[in-house]
Amino acid sequence: MTTNILLFKITLLIYFATTILYLIGVVSRRDRFRQNAVYLLIGGFVLHCITLVVRGFTTGAIPVASMHESLSFFAWALVGTYLLFYLRYRTVMLGAFITPLALVLMIIGTTTSAQAPTLNPILDSWWFPVHVTLAFLGHAIFSIAAAAGVMYLLQERMLKSKKFSGLFYRLPSLDTLDSMNYKCLTFGFPLMTMGIISGAIWANSAWGGYWRWDPKETWALITWFLYAALLHGRLTIGWRGRRAAIFAIIGFAFLLFTFFGVNLFLSGEHGFRNFTGQ
Amino acid sequence: MHIVIVGLSHNTAPVEIREKLAFAPTAMERPLRQMLELPVIAEGLIVSTCNRVELCAATKEPDAAMAALRRFLAEYHEITSEEISDSLYDYQGEDAIRHLFRVASSLDSMVLGEPQILGQIKTAYGYAAEFKTVGLILNRFLHKAFSVAKRVRTETGIASNAVSISFAAVELARKIFDRLDNKAVMIIGAGEMCELAARHFVANGISKVLVTNRTFERAEKMAAEFHGKAVHFESFIEHLAEVDIIMTSTGAPNFILGKRQMEEVIKRRKNRPMFLIDIAVPRDIEPKVNDIDNIYLYDVDDLQGVVQANLKERKKEASKAEAIIEQEIGQFHQWLGNLEVKPTVIALRQKLDEIRQQELEKTFGNLKNLSSKQRKSIEAMAGAIINKILHQPTAVLKRAQNDTSSEDYVDAVRVLFDLPSPIGDDTEIKPLDDTGQE
Repeated sequence: MTTNILLFKITLLIYFATTILYLIGVVSRRDRFRQNAVYLLIGGFVLHCITLVVRGFTTGAIPVASMHESLSFFAWALVGTYLLFYLRYRTVMLGAFITPLALVLMIIGTTTSAQAPTLNPILDSWWFPVHVTLAFLGHAIFSIAAAAGVMYLLQERMLKSKKFSGLFYRLPSLDTLDSMNYKCLTFGFPLMTMGIISGAIWANSAWGGYWRWDPKETWALITWFLYAALLHGRLTIGWRGRRAAIFAIIGFAFLLFTFFGVNLFLSGEHGFRNFTGQ
Repeated sequence: MHIVIVGLSHNTAPVEIREKLAFAPTAMERPLRQMLELPVIAEGLIVSTCNRVELCAATKEPDAAMAALRRFLAEYHEITSEEISDSLYDYQGEDAIRHLFRVASSLDSMVLGEPQILGQIKTAYGYAAEFKTVGLILNRFLHKAFSVAKRVRTETGIASNAVSISFAAVELARKIFDRLDNKAVMIIGAGEMCELAARHFVANGISKVLVTNRTFERAEKMAAEFHGKAVHFESFIEHLAEVDIIMTSTGAPNFILGKRQMEEVIKRRKNRPMFLIDIAVPRDIEPKVNDIDNIYLYDVDDLQGVVQANLKERKKEASKAEAIIEQEIGQFHQWLGNLEVKPTVIALRQKLDEIRQQELEKTFGNLKNLSSKQRKSIEAMAGAIINKILHQPTAVLKRAQNDTSSEDYVDAVRVLFDLPSPIGDDTEIKPLDDTGQE
């Protein structure tokens, strides 16, 4: 177990260093810092992959069962998705928003118990990892959409007000950011939908009912409707740009609430303690 | 050998003086040759643009050379020295190197970072090379200046960000639209500014151009120029939804495009963004149009503001460029120093070797009975004495290469040992006079 914790902490440190490098890169207007930040992030991601694999082998399951594992997995999916976007769009700046987010997830992860969870036998099903993996990949993609949304709003504000900060020269074009929003929706929405469906199937095998309206399910559904509305608006009535960016940010806020808030403030079947029988 | 520069620029002289002192770019041979005929000038180069005239020379006597160049500039243009003396600046040594590096890197340009000056210096150098008025030193100096300028260009953002209105418009378009090649532009009114901006847009990939004008023939004429399509002024509004960029510069006293019209247009475009550039004064487009989502309206003042902001960015980059230049000055200065140190060391050794040879011959002439072994040891002793004597001066000279004191040492050694001038004799390009003396 200790190897695993050590790997986790080193990964966290690398993300921390990357965040600092990005910060310097954004402030100092040197491209070199930001470019090196991406390379460092790639290194961190590789190590994170190893961390998850080691963890998986020690616990004998995909490491998504406890809060600690979920946070780590979420951060991993986030960084991985960003790097995929980096390959496609070469947007170095997006990482300046994504890396701190991954770092925060990892830091929260350190505050939760790293004990290997023992899954409640009635929940031990093949559908469980499928459900969680799909859900987190969706989360990661929607996080990217939200980050692109923030960048869009910043850039749009500057173009409208005609007051430019140094950031203007480094942010990608509005078109690029908007097309990222669309790409994220077209990939994230199906993932989220499949995540919910696989969750329902799993719930059926565990409790004998597909949908029980527990708080997490309810909030997930609200979030799903929000993204469905955005996708619909984009495809049919030409929603784009600012409105789409704002929607992506609101959607992400709901997503975070569904993930954290429900566990913290509301109780239901999705609480990790129900999984692990603690 | 020293480098000196005498010149004037937009910083020191008004255009009335600059135009008087300019050299015609097509007739550089005469001034170059005359410059080289000045007694103290070993190599020469003339850069003449509408913003500056620079006379650059390699010389052994920098002060005399600068005075001679000042006189030459006045006499060549047939004006009195007094008239221009306040407008002229002169530099020598490190300052001269710094000056040319800064000029070539466009740090001294009227518009900071504009690249033309480098091309103009290259042209000037081309003439000087053609008429063989540059030699070892200025060749090396100019090539160094070109490489410094290139380094500044690639390592700093001094030339990034548009500093003209039409370029700024293109740059803004790139911040809104990712690509321009699949975008369409409409030009309303056929003003000169519009035409210039349109040219930039086309050069940056815009494929579709629509032109409209109150006089349809003018629209057709301009459309033909951009392989575009002319549109009747009465119906241009119907075509607005097809275009992504609109540029207006009509002489209309009132707004020709209002907020309500543009709201209609953007709805028809399903919110695909539009970039509106209003170059007309009085303005053609109602300013409130900028409040519509996905429409970005810029008037002349807005673009001017962008240009100012970009210039400010460039100024920040300029300090980085200055640092690069300082670094390169040191390197070049060292080379210039080495240029004299090495031959001086060699000449010194040759001189002593000659003396040794002569004295040995004399000695062996007197002592005829020496065995070959004895002769050898005397030769060796003479050699050892030379080496011992040379050791310290050589070490000092080599150490001095790295700073500015090398010139003093080289001069001292040359005077003390009566050595011939190191460079100049073999690199001197000007025809030797004194031929008629006999």
